[in-house]
Amino acid sequence: MTNITPVAPTLAVVGLGHAYGGIDDTTIAETGPAAGTSKHARTGTVVAAWDVSFDVAGGEALGVIGESGSGKSTVMKSIAGDIMPTTGRVTLQRGDGTTAVITEMSPAEIRALRVNDLSIVHQNPADGLDLRITAGGNIADRLTAAGWRNFAAIRERAAELLTRTEVPLDRMDDPVGSFSGGMRQRVQLAKALANTPSVVLLDEPTTGLDASIAAGVLDLIRGLLDEFGLAAVVVSHDFSVIEMLTQRCVVMQHGRVVEHGLTDQLLEDPAHPYSQRLVGAARA
Amino acid sequence: MSTVRDLVATRRDNAVMDAGAVRAIRRAILTAIAVPGYQVPFGSREMPVARGWGSGGLQVTMALVGSADVVKVIDQGDDEGVNAVNLRRLILRASGATETDDVSESTIVQTRHRIPEAGMVDGQILVLQVPEPEPLRGVERDTRELERMHAEADYAKMWVSLYEDRVRNGMITRTTGYPCVVAGRYVISTTPIPRWDVPALHRAPYLALFGAGRAKRIYAIPPDTTVEPMTFEDVPFEVEFTPGARCRHCGSDDSYLVSTPREEGGETWACSDTSWCRARRHQRGAQ
Ligand SMILES: Nc1ncnc2c1ncn2[C@@H]1O[C@H](COP(=O)(O)OP(=O)(O)O)[C@@H](O)[C@H]1O
Ligand SMILES: [Mg+2]
Repeated sequence: MTNITPVAPTLAVVGLGHAYGGIDDTTIAETGPAAGTSKHARTGTVVAAWDVSFDVAGGEALGVIGESGSGKSTVMKSIAGDIMPTTGRVTLQRGDGTTAVITEMSPAEIRALRVNDLSIVHQNPADGLDLRITAGGNIADRLTAAGWRNFAAIRERAAELLTRTEVPLDRMDDPVGSFSGGMRQRVQLAKALANTPSVVLLDEPTTGLDASIAAGVLDLIRGLLDEFGLAAVVVSHDFSVIEMLTQRCVVMQHGRVVEHGLTDQLLEDPAHPYSQRLVGAARA
Repeated sequence: MSTVRDLVATRRDNAVMDAGAVRAIRRAILTAIAVPGYQVPFGSREMPVARGWGSGGLQVTMALVGSADVVKVIDQGDDEGVNAVNLRRLILRASGATETDDVSESTIVQTRHRIPEAGMVDGQILVLQVPEPEPLRGVERDTRELERMHAEADYAKMWVSLYEDRVRNGMITRTTGYPCVVAGRYVISTTPIPRWDVPALHRAPYLALFGAGRAKRIYAIPPDTTVEPMTFEDVPFEVEFTPGARCRHCGSDDSYLVSTPREEGGETWACSDTSWCRARRHQRGAQ
């Protein structure tokens, strides 16, 4: 008889819910897809996300899709520790084998987590980079925060990361503000990977880039996800991004998950009418 | 005036500060000594000098000084600088203390820009007039974020600025106010002293008090406290040095020298610490 030890998922989101405004017995029942809105008519409370659960294993990427206002950013912010959700639990397995319960951490603990274990790649590079400082300096920010104090070692690590994300090394000492959009995203990726996190959140990572540039960045992200064995969550309104990067995805509508499945199957044969509508619109 | 007991002893008011103000500043000083390098807020009073002209240092000195004290005041290393003269006159008149330009005779040295070359000893107090106490001001503007960074000892932004300085300029370009870690915890600005004076603060046998009047902050380096300049492990901290430069008065090449342009071109050098320079000349002359 083989004994299979269950491996804890790298990222686990359990019963996550967040409301802007007070909630009572009826708020949850009277919002969501059936009600056709996440905003509670009587109280004005916005149930931005509710009853959201999913796991992501190392080396796996999960997509989150849904229209604007469906709750994607709320879920991402809860995982990132930017907001304290109304209910639910988010846990992360660190590289050293310890478990971080993000929903119970102090702001200082969250910051340490974001240095070492969890990185975010923002849609707007200015949210993830300091455009006034050099590409190497942006990476040095992460490394020094993690305790690196050797100048030559920092230079070497920054060069290694920039090489991996295909930023020409002769640009390493230029301010990121002088870079093109695609190049800034590559620097953001290099910075995100600096301390080999176990989880990376990508929020519309290629939205805003020209199609040809976006394709190259997507290729790169895909390669990095495979190589680093990260658990990734990818938010996008663009199905081609979800299709290329993720193995599984959840579809959100009015703050709820209406469908959850393998990305290929879901795109091929969506079950929920809302998913059908989204996929139909994307294929048109 | 050299012990905590002195600091908690009763004090009459003086001509510049009432007893309440003396007490408030002493409380801030005691807190600053208890938490080395931490910037303690205090209720900065109106002083007979403008804020930014040594009002912070003056308040610290006035909260300490009594008629038994012997006070040395320097500005740019010079006891005869206009500011030094004015501040010293004020301190003496208000407290009945006596003046000196000899470091070894002094109980309190108030200074702007320099630490005396002649070493100070246990029991003496160095009071520094600080124009800008916040070492992170150049890398962060938001006051609450600054507080957070100090509270969590999150100095990554300062490290990044040191990284950037080295990458862009190939060396440390910051001249005064070099950031230092005090007692392994808080980063302070060593404004306004040059890098030359920074090593003197490390495990110094005397108490150093920093007073910033405009920013209303006092911070302290108690005796025998570690003061480490922030620098990468593989980039040694270097002090100002000009090969071949010597003081035109005393011939010194191992003191902090300032240059003045010569009319016929080039520059000449002289000790910035004038009383130390004079003492050296006398010594030489006597030999
Ligand atoms: N700070 C806030 N205060 C009130 N309502 C908010 C706030 N942030 C988001 N919402 C609302 O929560 C819902 C979900 O928003 P969000 O998570 O940003 O969706 P998405 O990222 O899918 O566009 C929306 O109705 C939005 O208006
Ligand atoms: Mg959003």
